[in-house]
Order: sequence, then structure tokens, then C-alpha cells
Amino acid sequence: MPSIIRIQDVSKSYTRDSFEIPVLNNITLNIEEGEFLALMGPSGSGKTTLLNLIAGIDKPDSGKVIIADTEISALNESALAKWRANNVGFIFQFYNLIPVLTAYENVELPLLLTHLNKAERRKHVETALEIVGLKDRMAHYPKQLSGGQEQRVAIARAIVTDPLIIVGDEPTGDLDKNSAEEILTLMERLNKEFKKTVLIVTHDPHAADRAHRTRYIDKGDLVEAL
Amino acid sequence: MKVFKLIFKNSLRHKLRTFLTILGISIAVVAFGILRTVVTAWHAGVDASAANRLITRQAVSFIFPLPYTYREKIANIPGVDQVTFANWFQGVYIDKNQFFPRLAVEAETFIDVYPEYLVSKNELNTFKKERNSCIVGADIAKQYNLKIGDLMTIEGDIYPGDWQFIIRGIYKPRDKTTDGTGMFFHWNYLNEKLEKDSPARAGDVGWYIIRISNPEKSAEISNEIDALFKNSNAETKTETERAFQQGFLASTSAIITAMNFMSFVIIGIIMLVLGNTMIMAARERTREYAVMKTLGFSAKHLVGLILGESVFISMLGGGVGLFLLFPVVEGFAQVIPKNFFPIFNLEPITVILAVSSALLIGIVSSIFPIQRALRTKIVDGFRFVG
Repeated sequence: MPSIIRIQDVSKSYTRDSFEIPVLNNITLNIEEGEFLALMGPSGSGKTTLLNLIAGIDKPDSGKVIIADTEISALNESALAKWRANNVGFIFQFYNLIPVLTAYENVELPLLLTHLNKAERRKHVETALEIVGLKDRMAHYPKQLSGGQEQRVAIARAIVTDPLIIVGDEPTGDLDKNSAEEILTLMERLNKEFKKTVLIVTHDPHAADRAHRTRYIDKGDLVEAL
Repeated sequence: MKVFKLIFKNSLRHKLRTFLTILGISIAVVAFGILRTVVTAWHAGVDASAANRLITRQAVSFIFPLPYTYREKIANIPGVDQVTFANWFQGVYIDKNQFFPRLAVEAETFIDVYPEYLVSKNELNTFKKERNSCIVGADIAKQYNLKIGDLMTIEGDIYPGDWQFIIRGIYKPRDKTTDGTGMFFHWNYLNEKLEKDSPARAGDVGWYIIRISNPEKSAEISNEIDALFKNSNAETKTETERAFQQGFLASTSAIITAMNFMSFVIIGIIMLVLGNTMIMAARERTREYAVMKTLGFSAKHLVGLILGESVFISMLGGGVGLFLLFPVVEGFAQVIPKNFFPIFNLEPITVILAVSSALLIGIVSSIFPIQRALRTKIVDGFRFVG
């Protein structure tokens, strides 16, 4: 299988109160197309930063991030925004749905950036909500849904544009055990049935067990095990 | 779902806050509109001035009279179409609070020089024939329930005695800029009484009104008139009607400037109120903007959302304010004595200024929140705790 994600010698540091804090040190990592990879590590190890670099919401200080032959680390902000809209589905720990929009409208949000007409958008949204099993909750607002349901809406929003890769930052971190199971099953299904490349950051070994492969990060370095 | 729907839903996220902001803007628009209307009303005399009319008054002060004998000399100057004159009579009608201009005029010519006072031919002819008759403005007739044939008794103060006039005409203002609160009677009637009771005061008029055929020659004709009476006992000062009216306003220019200033201070205050609302809204949505950026929404989309919300609220407030402004100004016009502000209308320029101000408030108030939303990096947005 060819590598869809190539991270080459990537370093990243943050400046806090004039102190430079190194977060990632010369990371090199390849992820194959259709792979389900889990990134684990202690808090502050740099796993979310690596996920952000892969998702194109942050840029490395040095090195390259190449996704499907596009070096996204070299794109400017507006090109990167366009790239994200077309290629990445992001699932957050705290769902991050827009509270004033219904489940349907939240899922439709990324499609507003496409040229699809209303009928086409409706078809896409209904399909996405059907996949996550919430077609009957389309008109509900986030506050009318449970945490697990909110996360399923967030997953529907992530897949509605049919992205190349799906990234999840602690997607089960805020859920009870049953809801977490449902979400992991759903992500497994997206990987197996819809051939999506899935990358998650997690603290939960049980969640990591669902992945094909687990990589560990400690103090900004990729390590074999913790 | 369209972006407008999101703007609309965002605007109503905190209903009470949005309602109070809209209420604040609408009150500000009403206050702005009233102040501007007062300023406009103050300038009404200037705005209503005719370009082809000159006013000749005593050079020392408006309160000193001019001899009646000047009339013919002025009329003979080339370029002068017609000459008429008026004399401030004042007096007390009913009581001292009932103020409106009461002038002794040259009955034969006065209405010819002031075509904006519309009187029927019959009424005008009757007025001209009866020495103790008068013409009153429609607003005065309405205010005091006066009709043709009624007797109007005025107690003289500048010109002592009981003066009785029969109303023979009611003039209608030609348009909204014309004063409908005047009362005009025969100067001859006044002069005859003065000749009898105090001859030293007879034969004088207050000021001359001169209609000229070519307004471009107003300066030339004014100079010619003033030169005619140079070194006389009553030197003249001739100027255009506009300049004459502006001279009256000069004494109140500080009040007008203060009112103008206040009207824009109100706009500034409400700009801060909406700015504060928008800053709070943008701050609360820092994470949401980060989410939207992650989904691929670009800077221009966020600008559209924030600017749209700000302009939506400000225009809604402006619209409500404008909707209220018309009846409020109308109410003010009813309450304020007609003689204080004879012309108290909501001018189109005031409406345009109010709408433009509301739009400007919306745009300016969104600048800081937009700047903040664009400057915040996505990763910082997710870390933000509001």
C-alpha cells in the first residue's frame, strides 16, 4: 500500500512567555492509505500537535508534511483552508457542534463551501446521518442530543465531504463506555467499509486496540513503546 | 441552510442582549433624528430663502427703521423687479405665550414678492381693499380655529393700543419649507394711526424686500442700493435673503454646533455599545470560529459572518428607530408650539443620515471582532476558554 501521509523530519515548538518549548523533534512517519492508526502518549507529549500538522491546522517549524502528494506544509493559509475543506474530516473530543444549528445544519456546514445545490447537499447530509444512525434526529439541536449522539453528528460532519483522511483528537475522551464503543465501531466501519484512512489520538488503550497500528510519542519523539 | 440563516441564528443566540442592543440603536437613531430635525428646523428660514430676493435693512441694526421714501429710489435701480416692505409689529394675541410673526406689510405687493404664500385671488383682492384686514397662515388659522371674517384683536406693545383686524385671507404654504404661521396686515393702517397718535414714528418701515430679475447680479444691485443711501441718516445694508437669515442664525450658532456635535456623540456611543456586543459575541465563539476554520471556512467567510451579524443588528435597530422616528417627529411637531419651530419636518437628508449612521455603526463595530477572529490561530482557538 502506498503512503498517503508522509511526515518527513518534522519539528515544532511553541513559545510561551518568551520560553521556547519544543513539542516535536525531527519526527518521520508514514501512514498507508486505508490504515487505521492510533497515536498514544502522555499529556504534553506532542501527539495532538502531530495530528494538527497532519490535518493542516498548524504548520511545522521545519520538515515536510505531505498528504497524497500535496506538501501541505508549504501551502498558504487560504490554500490550506481549501485543502482542509476537501481532504480532511476532523472529529474533536468535545464534538464542537454549532449550538444554534440543528444536526442537519451542522452536517451541512462544510458543504456550504462546495458548489453543490440544495438538493445535492440534502442527499449528502442524509447519507452521512444515515451512516452514523441519526437520520431520525436531523432536526434536533445539539443540546437535545446525548454526548454519543453529538459525537456521531460530528462524525457525520467529518465524512459528509468524503474526505481523504479522518482525524480524531480523543474522539471518545468525553464519552461513557457504551457511547465510546459505538463511536469506535463507527470509526472502524468508516475505515473498513468506506476505505477511509483514519488517524486518532487517544489516551485509551482500549480505543487504540481498534486501530491496525499504534505509535507512541514521548516528549516529542516517536518511540516503540511507553 | 444559507450563510444568512447562520447570521440570523447567531444574532438571536442571546436574545435579551440582541434585543437590548437593537433597542439602544433604535433609541439612538430616534435621538439622532430628532436632533437633526431640530437643526434642520433652525435652518429652515435659510433653506427656504429665495435666490432672487434681497433684503435692505438699517445698516446699524435690524431694529432701526428705514424711511418709506427709500421705496421709489430702490425701485428705480436697474435690475430691480419689484419692491415691497414689512414692519415688525409684534403685539400680544390672547396672551404673551402666543407668539407668531405679525407684520405690517405693503398690501399691494407683498404676496407678489412671496409667491410661496398661496392665497386665492378673491381673498387677496378683498384683503387689498380693506385697510383693517389681514391674512393669516393656515397653521395659525388651524391653531386658533380662525376663519375668514373673524375678528382678530391684538394688543399693541411696540405700537400701543388695541388693534383689530378682520381676517380676509388664509394663505397656504406652497411646500413644507414654507412657514405657515405668519400674520400680515396693511402697513397703511398702522401708519395712519401713527400719523395721528405719534407722528414722529410715522413714515418708517422695518425693511425692504426686493425682487431682482437676475440673481447673479445680487451683489452688484446690493452695492448700488447701499451706495444710494450712503452718508444719509439711515444708511442701509442690503444682502441676499439667505445671508439675511444666516445673520439671524449666527447668534445661535453655538447651540446649533452643540446639537450637531451631540447628534454625532450619540452615534459614537451606540457604536461602542454594538462594538461591545460584537466583541462579546466573537469572544464567546472563539472555539466555533476555530471549528469553522478547521472545516475550511476562510478569512472572507468569517468576515462575512461577523460583519453580516453586526450590520444585521445595526440595520434592524436603525430600521426600528426609523419606524419610530416618523411618529415621534410628528408628535414633537404637534407638541412644540408652531411659532417656535414653524417648520419641523423629517427631511430626507435626516433619514439618509440615520440609515447611513446605522450602517456605519454596523461596519465599524465589527472591525475589532473580525481582527480578533482572524488573528487567532486555530490551535489557540481550541485552547481558548471563554
